[in-house]
Amino acid sequence: MDLQTFWFILIAVLFIGYFFLEGFDFGVGILMPFVSKDEVDRRVTINTIGPFWDANEVWLITAGGAMFAAFPHWYATLFSGFYLPLFLILLALIVRAVGFEFRSKMKEKWWRLTADHFIFWGSVLPAFLWGVAFTNIVIGLPIGEDMNFTGTLPALLNPYALLGGLVSLVMFTLHGAIFLSLRTTDELKVRVEKTAKMMWIPVGVILLTFALLGYRQTILFDEFGIIPGTLPMIAIVSFVAVIVFMNINRYGYAFAATGATIVFGSLVVFQGMFPLVMPSSLDPDFHLTIYNASSSDLTLTIMSVLAIIFVPIILAYQGWSYWVFRERVTRDAIPRS
Amino acid sequence: MEALELARWQFGITTVYHFIFVPLTLGLSVLVAILQTFYYRTGDIHYKMLTKYFGKLFVIIFTLGIVTGIVQEFQFGMNWSEYSRFVGDIFGIPLAIEALTAFFIESTFLGLWIFGWTRLPKAVHLACIWLVAIASNLSAIWILMANSWMQVPVGYELVGGRAELADFIAILLNERLLVQMPHTILGGFITGGMLVLGLSAWMIIRNQQAEIFLKSAKIALVFTAVASLLTATTGHDQAQETVKTQPMKMAAMEGLWETEQPASFSLFAVINQEEGTSSREIRLPYMLSVLAHNNLTSEVRGMNDLQAEMEEKHGPGDYLPPVGIVYWSFRIMVGLGVLFIIVAFWGLWLWWKGKLQDNRLFLKTSIVMIFLTFLANTAGWMVAEMGRQPWVVYELLLTADGVSPSVFKSSIWITMMGFTLVYGVLAVAAFYLVWYFGKQGAPEEEEGTETNLHTY
Repeated sequence: MDLQTFWFILIAVLFIGYFFLEGFDFGVGILMPFVSKDEVDRRVTINTIGPFWDANEVWLITAGGAMFAAFPHWYATLFSGFYLPLFLILLALIVRAVGFEFRSKMKEKWWRLTADHFIFWGSVLPAFLWGVAFTNIVIGLPIGEDMNFTGTLPALLNPYALLGGLVSLVMFTLHGAIFLSLRTTDELKVRVEKTAKMMWIPVGVILLTFALLGYRQTILFDEFGIIPGTLPMIAIVSFVAVIVFMNINRYGYAFAATGATIVFGSLVVFQGMFPLVMPSSLDPDFHLTIYNASSSDLTLTIMSVLAIIFVPIILAYQGWSYWVFRERVTRDAIPRS
Repeated sequence: MEALELARWQFGITTVYHFIFVPLTLGLSVLVAILQTFYYRTGDIHYKMLTKYFGKLFVIIFTLGIVTGIVQEFQFGMNWSEYSRFVGDIFGIPLAIEALTAFFIESTFLGLWIFGWTRLPKAVHLACIWLVAIASNLSAIWILMANSWMQVPVGYELVGGRAELADFIAILLNERLLVQMPHTILGGFITGGMLVLGLSAWMIIRNQQAEIFLKSAKIALVFTAVASLLTATTGHDQAQETVKTQPMKMAAMEGLWETEQPASFSLFAVINQEEGTSSREIRLPYMLSVLAHNNLTSEVRGMNDLQAEMEEKHGPGDYLPPVGIVYWSFRIMVGLGVLFIIVAFWGLWLWWKGKLQDNRLFLKTSIVMIFLTFLANTAGWMVAEMGRQPWVVYELLLTADGVSPSVFKSSIWITMMGFTLVYGVLAVAAFYLVWYFGKQGAPEEEEGTETNLHTY
């Protein structure tokens, strides 16, 4: 395997790790206003991701930094091309973080309501826009000879890309609902379990529509042919497993299953675009590939050594923090003010 | 305004704003860790109260540092795509390492520290805040490695119109990095130190838990005194390195148009960039030679000579930075730096005399210092970044050639207004919270019980 392929895989891993981890905390942020019946419930809901959400977000920062270092052209074309959507994602992540961090600092109703809006919209927007962005990548964008995006904003908001946004939005929400069922107790737990079960069929319909339309709309199936192969099959089976596990009350497994749906669904996208990173809809000669977009072999080698050393260490201590805070969050744990 | 100017304004606004919070994080994280270490070693509950008081403020400030940092990570690609293509091979490495070795540690262990008071053994919990402090400062090293390379490009070769990595060790040991990194981090220590000192002074003036806050004031004084002295000496190192590697920046810092030998240091001047003159000057003879070369005789080159040399090397063009801004930023930074040293040693002297808590003039001055540290930090970066213009990578890439060609002017307007508006609102909220929690004083703690720093 060459260095470029290794780094393509690593960046895929970072983005998929980000979708898996921040996926459920987006979901928690989206569900917070709907599953809580009072202020205490809202605080319980937020505290289920309290010690985690920030570290989850670092997966995105790392993906961005790694992309800059390993594939500067991919980084430059993607983020200057998706200028306004990325701006919205950044704003959303800003107000969301501030919402979490500042919410409990003041008792006033308007303050907490504002924070709730920050958290809700700050979770909805990125959950939706990441789907739009990656769908657009696999549709192919008008990328010119100089590697720059030549289109306009409406080109990014085409119907299929919007459907892709809906897919990530509802999938993260379901993932978050099942995460909440693992971290809460009593009535709140019952409510989130009900919500998760209710969501399964509509989410399934949206996922299936998106996948079937994908044959026509994306470059993915040029690669795969009619029979999609192993990865998409695992994604589908995991999604079916979600409802099976929920029905036998095994929410831990159900969480693993929504996680697997997100992981394998995203893998399909990355596998399908490989070795392209930004296909051009104008001319195959203008495609950005892992070769013409990459850094020098020396840079990739140094980065590889660092990644091989540090990624396992990060996984170890991040895993440890989940272990430390493994207990469910109860209503009694919330101070009265 | 053209897209280039808009993109520069946006970078300036978002970066200056980001750097309000970063230096505080650098210094305050270390001070909170020191306070908790005092608690761990002595068992004095006052130190625990102080740890939580400053810890709470630290988390508020840290949050804003993080969220504005996310914008930093992506705006190179957004507004400066051609720059990103040119430098990615080199510039991307420290950014990626920063995330791998610093951001993950900071975010994970800060969560463990905030919510771990009730769960972790005391020593492990103390280690968490130290890891946050170390990682914060580590991240500064990596990002300064990236910035140093823009100032003094080393270890690269130009291949196909972009800079490719040739020697990683050269970039790690970039001479600029070795002087800029301690200077910037120590400046952050002053900022954090002055915040702790100023807030403690405020509480002492209000006679609210004065006995407790005298303890934090003393720690902050020692910390700030050491940091302010070392900031000055490392600043001097940096000036001497700059005169070698970026003589144009040094000449602009001094408003020096004609080469001088020996060179005098300018205290005041009215700069006219169009005519290329500095008038109404007050100059200290020989002092620029001292600043630049540590002796009384050396030559320091002026902007007119350097402009001619640049034209010879890079073709016709205007290679002068905005001289007035660079000149005055430098004076504000140095003047404030001297003031910080004076205030810190004044405080130490009062402490020695046993009058620290009684001298209201000193206590009030300390409160004002909190705000002046930001001005000094910003002025320092103005010298570094404006002084490098018109280059984005010194002598390799012009700022004008780094901007994204695919981004419309209207888009930049939208994002600039958006960021400025949201940042403005957040600044008000954060300032209010720091004031509100500052005023409340340290939370009462009981022996033998633990509560977390806060619950969301």
